[in-house]
Amino acid sequence: MVDSEQTGVTSSSIPSAESLRRLAISESGFVFDPTSGHHFTVNETGLVLLRHLQQNQDLSSILNAVTQEYNVSHRDLERDVLEFLSLLREFVGEQ
Amino acid sequence: MSVFNVTVAITGVNAKPDNPGPGLAVARCLRESPEFNGRIVGLGYDALDPGLYLKKYCDAGYLLPYPSTGDEAFLSAIRKIHEQEKIDVLLPCLDAELPGMVRLRPLIEEMGIKVFLPTPEQLRMRNKDQLTEIAKLAGIECPEIKTITHAGFFYKCQEEGWSFPMVVKGLFYDARFVHNADEGAEAFRHIAAEWGLPVLVQRVVKGEEYNLTAVGDGEGNMLGEVMMRKMAVTDKGKAWSGVSIIDHALYEASAKLIKAIKWRGPLEFEVMRDQHGHYQLIEINPRFPAWIYLCVGVGRNLPMALLKLALNEPVGDFREPEAGVLFIRHAEDNIIPIAEFEHVIMQGGHHLQ
Amino acid sequence: MDENNQMSDKNKKDWVKPTITPLRSGLLNKFGKSQNVGWVEDIDGIPITGLIEKYKSPLFVVSEKRLRSNFQRINRAFTSRYPHVLFGWSYKTNYLGAVCNVLHQEGAWAEVVSEFEYHKARSLGVPGHCILFNGPFKNRTILEQAVKEDAHIHVDHLDELFALEEIAQAANKKVDITIRLNFDTGYTEPWSRFGFNVESGQAMDVAWRIHSSENLNLTGLHSHIGTFVLEPKAYSNQVRIMCGFMDEIERRTGSIIKYIDIGGGFASLNALQSIYLPPEQVVPSIEQYAEAVCDTLLELTHEREARGVQRPVLVLETGRAIVDDAEVLISSVFANKRLPDGRRAVVMDAGVNLLFTSFWYNHSATPTRFLSGKPEETVLYGPLCMNIDVMRNSVMLPPLDVGDALVFGSVGAYNNTQWMQFIEYRPNVVMVQKDKIVSVIRKAECLEDVTSLESMPETLKIPFPNGEPDNLLSKHT
Repeated sequence: MVDSEQTGVTSSSIPSAESLRRLAISESGFVFDPTSGHHFTVNETGLVLLRHLQQNQDLSSILNAVTQEYNVSHRDLERDVLEFLSLLREFVGEQ
Repeated sequence: MSVFNVTVAITGVNAKPDNPGPGLAVARCLRESPEFNGRIVGLGYDALDPGLYLKKYCDAGYLLPYPSTGDEAFLSAIRKIHEQEKIDVLLPCLDAELPGMVRLRPLIEEMGIKVFLPTPEQLRMRNKDQLTEIAKLAGIECPEIKTITHAGFFYKCQEEGWSFPMVVKGLFYDARFVHNADEGAEAFRHIAAEWGLPVLVQRVVKGEEYNLTAVGDGEGNMLGEVMMRKMAVTDKGKAWSGVSIIDHALYEASAKLIKAIKWRGPLEFEVMRDQHGHYQLIEINPRFPAWIYLCVGVGRNLPMALLKLALNEPVGDFREPEAGVLFIRHAEDNIIPIAEFEHVIMQGGHHLQ
Repeated sequence: MDENNQMSDKNKKDWVKPTITPLRSGLLNKFGKSQNVGWVEDIDGIPITGLIEKYKSPLFVVSEKRLRSNFQRINRAFTSRYPHVLFGWSYKTNYLGAVCNVLHQEGAWAEVVSEFEYHKARSLGVPGHCILFNGPFKNRTILEQAVKEDAHIHVDHLDELFALEEIAQAANKKVDITIRLNFDTGYTEPWSRFGFNVESGQAMDVAWRIHSSENLNLTGLHSHIGTFVLEPKAYSNQVRIMCGFMDEIERRTGSIIKYIDIGGGFASLNALQSIYLPPEQVVPSIEQYAEAVCDTLLELTHEREARGVQRPVLVLETGRAIVDDAEVLISSVFANKRLPDGRRAVVMDAGVNLLFTSFWYNHSATPTRFLSGKPEETVLYGPLCMNIDVMRNSVMLPPLDVGDALVFGSVGAYNNTQWMQFIEYRPNVVMVQKDKIVSVIRKAECLEDVTSLESMPETLKIPFPNGEPDNLLSKHT
């Protein structure tokens, strides 16, 4: 099993908490970025990650928190979170 | 006068100004009819279709799966919307929907939704690639049309007696004038990518375009015909302004055709008249045109007539049509709160309060 | 998967892959594509998981039951409308021996187009007189064998006609032959590269030439108007043109035509990438095809009986419509990916090496278990190290785990004949038979199968004759 400590993900690959906090996130998963004017939608788990990322930029603690709540292996979670982050960077431009 | 208090679902509520769908105009005809005080459900294919938001014309708006998705997806979407809205009558307004709907008619009717549609055979007869045969039935000429499956046609078409310019058409939508082989190939690729194969080529007919819309009652009668000459068109050749006319030759040809195939449902007849007064049939659309609101202007509410046919109610008499009534189309910006947009995106539809 | 199970905890929620979906103008409809992703757990009652366990993934599975019922339905559609009907099983569509023999058992002859296919039919035990021999390339040796064994030869060009005449002369035989025709039905692009053209008079010239031959007899007409033909009327026109030509030949040369072979080309319920509407809306039923063919044929041959001449036998070489949906390909997810444009992608263990037809069809891809999570646009890649190896460019699927299987539907036509041994071994092909018996009908390849035909020159037997080269990489710092 891969430990979350060894993810090698640095905070520089996460959009800043500030830029994430300005997003208008609806409970339905509808997200509007008031700076860029872009819309996108996230699913339930995407919403969970987004809420975490708005508060907290430490990836290993996010991974730990998510595994407390969900049935998921660290390996799968890490892959999914890395993919999610790469998409998020596309949609949320840093300013 | 009876007043119909029913729920009508109308598709094609898209309205990009250069090529709007007929749905909103059909909804407007019903809304403004003194014989209608029911509800209208707009059915769209894109969250930016204005009919999903315009309270003026629709009481609710929902997204449908694209016709290319298949019967199953369409039926389950309609079933869901029907549970919410209790649809009495469904009026499809887009060409690409019809092959599916006419086939699924028994299943749609089983849900308790009424429709007034052509039979699959009638629909097939007016396919663009069958135009020559149907023109014979109408007793008018039509420009030669050919189905092609390769862009290579345009580079050797001279050998087959075709010359530029010609019109390249998709099976459902789109028509482009092309002036040389390269333009032809380009148009072919565009149309094939969007509407699939085969693609059609049609010889160009010079003259003025005249259109007729009416409803066939399925017994061979043409009801409530309204005729129009385009006065201005958009870049896509769609009417932007037009004037109602009364042309006996056009009337005869359309009536003859409807009689011959006992057309059931709305239709639009597009013809060209050359300087000698000869008519050539360009195409027949199995639905109302986007300019259908002109029918209210001339005093013949055709969508209302179609609704009565679907409900199996007598249509009644039409007023004599009036020539010289103009329409001028305009585009309008509507203000939509983001929450409504979100509803459509996330839930696929909503009630309009 | 095991890892998940070990840790699964009833108090925790199930994890679904997180997704972000952009909203692009013109495509603002996430309900636009089908949301209902069903799943299939078995094939003719045999659980798919068991099949994979025993025969490995990827795996082709043929349903004998479906194959027979497809044939019977098509057979019924034609024989109930026309008195003399004969089916030739189109070997090139799928020439796995077991598939051929199922169809032979149902009464189909063999329709072959090459020396190899001819040999194959004979090796399966099909007598020469039950073989229809088509194609532009029949070498002298195989032509001689075909003449000797009374196969029904469909002549494609004059050189073949002359060769046949020589062979027949040498054998001192009068050989019945069929000519292949091409013409414009007005619906399909004429395949003018095959056979003799009707409109130009070429075909009539050939009919005269045969008539004047001591050793040849024209008894059949054949044509094939295209593939995946969606308009039944095209077949009415084909029959009309062929009957017109038949009448003309008979009137002018006195030959009697025994059969009219209209080829195949009936569409199956597969989604061609180039067609906008889904297959159930555009593909005519086999009964519609049969009606178009038989009504016209009956109408145009009814005066023959008055003349005391029998109606011609109608020969059909329909392949795709019989076999396509009787075979599936099971393939498993090997890895998940996220593309830079946001789309999800998976790497499957089968690609265009096995499913050649995915170049032009959107084969259905059905999961084998209920998948939670929202369907999302997904690209299905094959295992090849090649950019073109795409099984589906866009399909709506919920997130998949590594090891999840997908069933690709309607793969029976042109895959087991056009697949390639490129990089990968070709997998097992099994047939589900009566009483749930599963038989391997082509076993998976191994290294030996692929290399057994190679031979090594003496001087090249050893890759490193002077000892292994230095391990440069281990020394490099």
